[in-house]
Amino acid sequence: MPDQHNHPESQLQFSDETLKLIATLTAQYPDGKQKSALLRVLHLAQLEFGWLSAPVMDYVARLLHIQPVEVYEVATFYSMYDTKPVGKVKLEVCRTGPCMIEGAEKIVSYIEQKLGIKDGETTADGRFTLKTVECLGACGYAPMMQVGEHYHEHLTEEKIDRFIADNA
Amino acid sequence: MKRKLLIDKAGVPGIASYEVYRREGGYRSVEKALKSMSPDDVVEEVKKSGLRGRGGAGFPTGMKWSFLAKPEGVPRYLLCNADESEPGTFKDRYLMEHIPHLLIEGMIVSSYALGANTSYIYIRGEYMWILHILERAIAEAYQAGWLGKNIMGSGYNLDLHVTPGAGAYICGEETALIESLEGKRGNPRIKPPFPAVKGLWGCPTVVNNVETIAAVVPIVNDGGDEYAKIGIGRSTGTKLISACGNIQKPGVYEIELGLSVEEFLYSDEYCGGMKNGKQLKACVPGGSSVPILPHFLVTKTAQGESRLMSYESLADGGFQTGSMLGSGGFIVYDEDQCIVRNTWNFTRFYHHESCGQCSPCREGTGWMEKVLHRLEYGHGKQEDIDLLWDIQAKIEGNTICPLGDAAAWPVASAIRHFREEFEWHVNESKLSQQRNYGRVSEKTFVNATA
Repeated sequence: MPDQHNHPESQLQFSDETLKLIATLTAQYPDGKQKSALLRVLHLAQLEFGWLSAPVMDYVARLLHIQPVEVYEVATFYSMYDTKPVGKVKLEVCRTGPCMIEGAEKIVSYIEQKLGIKDGETTADGRFTLKTVECLGACGYAPMMQVGEHYHEHLTEEKIDRFIADNA
Repeated sequence: MKRKLLIDKAGVPGIASYEVYRREGGYRSVEKALKSMSPDDVVEEVKKSGLRGRGGAGFPTGMKWSFLAKPEGVPRYLLCNADESEPGTFKDRYLMEHIPHLLIEGMIVSSYALGANTSYIYIRGEYMWILHILERAIAEAYQAGWLGKNIMGSGYNLDLHVTPGAGAYICGEETALIESLEGKRGNPRIKPPFPAVKGLWGCPTVVNNVETIAAVVPIVNDGGDEYAKIGIGRSTGTKLISACGNIQKPGVYEIELGLSVEEFLYSDEYCGGMKNGKQLKACVPGGSSVPILPHFLVTKTAQGESRLMSYESLADGGFQTGSMLGSGGFIVYDEDQCIVRNTWNFTRFYHHESCGQCSPCREGTGWMEKVLHRLEYGHGKQEDIDLLWDIQAKIEGNTICPLGDAAAWPVASAIRHFREEFEWHVNESKLSQQRNYGRVSEKTFVNATA
């Protein structure tokens, strides 16, 4: 398992399962259009390597037979990609209008206080990162946060306590 | 009788699985179309139905389809826009999560109509778990012979794939979506050429919203004329509305277009009225981009007529006193909400989401955010309100894509209807840090616009 914050190039390799999935994904596009799989492959890379360092992006470029800069420009455009190290557990709290009126700001302050970090920061042990994000399409179930592929909705301080205890 | 054509069966246990969906009558439209209709017949039914794009623009779907160029030997593509990112909107998510096969069925019958042999569903990256639901459903559809080669012995071939975005509101704009699907940054393209002529990989392409594509299923099943009987005027059929904010029952509702806003907002069948016994202050009826309406223009038009949930009625009065149906993201504000704060919040959103190609949007959204922040936190000046008005007017219509307009309209409408509250933030800056302004009176409004 590569170190979470360092990606020595020699050790960079997707798992066999992921490589198989990537082969299926690239086959979904016409010949020569394999770059279309880039966004999905970057999601997979982030899942497997923790964040998108330059060596990771270069590796993805080699896999898809595109130039590294084509990967860099995409990785820096989309807000879901981390081009800097983040904690193992990333709490992404929605801050947009409908969540705000249901108390998102209080939820953010509560998490900041509880973890001793500010928006955008990671706890000293590298466990948790807090990030505020724009609308995630859960406006009727506000306030909410996303952690990995899971939506945590109707958030309360008690739910935050439980979540952090379960994931500490 | 209130008809539901899309999510009526969303509550049937196991409806997300192929087996149950099929047992409940699923995939009939594909059987019907492939066995007894030509592609043009399907387009004709969609035209007759009067279906309009459910993503927000409301453009007639049949007309959009008929623009598709059909050069010999060039593939055509149908792309489903599942990027749902407009604040206040969470309807497509509901449909895909609960009844994924409806979207797949709609994709098959729509692809057939357009002569597409490969189609893609582009879904926002944050909905990754729904991507997995769709992937499972697509695999089931292949297994059952609804996708792949020679579907039902018709000679028609279709491959369907689902592909994620990665957190960019702009990719809901169709040319940005195409760029993103090509594995690039989501920078909207200059039109023309329109996607119908040059879209994905330079080929003719149609991009339709999830709900639009799902609506093709009942249209093919029951006929376009039947569909057109539902609704009012040029607002035919049903619409998914996602309701949120200070109401009793936030959620996703399927309504017949033409339902009164009064009934939608206050009846127990839908929003159930205001929460905690508060009073209505304002409503954004179609997603954050559409003009905000003050309480006295929500259930009634400026002429005092009953306001309806339809493209025309919500827009009645133009931007002076009306708004838009938009994406169906219905956001309700009670008397405790601050319009300046809400406008600042939305503007921060647009600033964050601007792709940066066009200076008026890239710079203007940032300026507006800064000025609104100043006003909200008690450091605003009287001339800031006019400055804001000036900036939004210089963004509107001056950008490649509609994100500029989408950023300008909330600001313009907030100033138009709630100028008094903005001025109060300047004149009573200390007080504005302690409490909210409350509701604006109709009398003041009339004087201000006279």
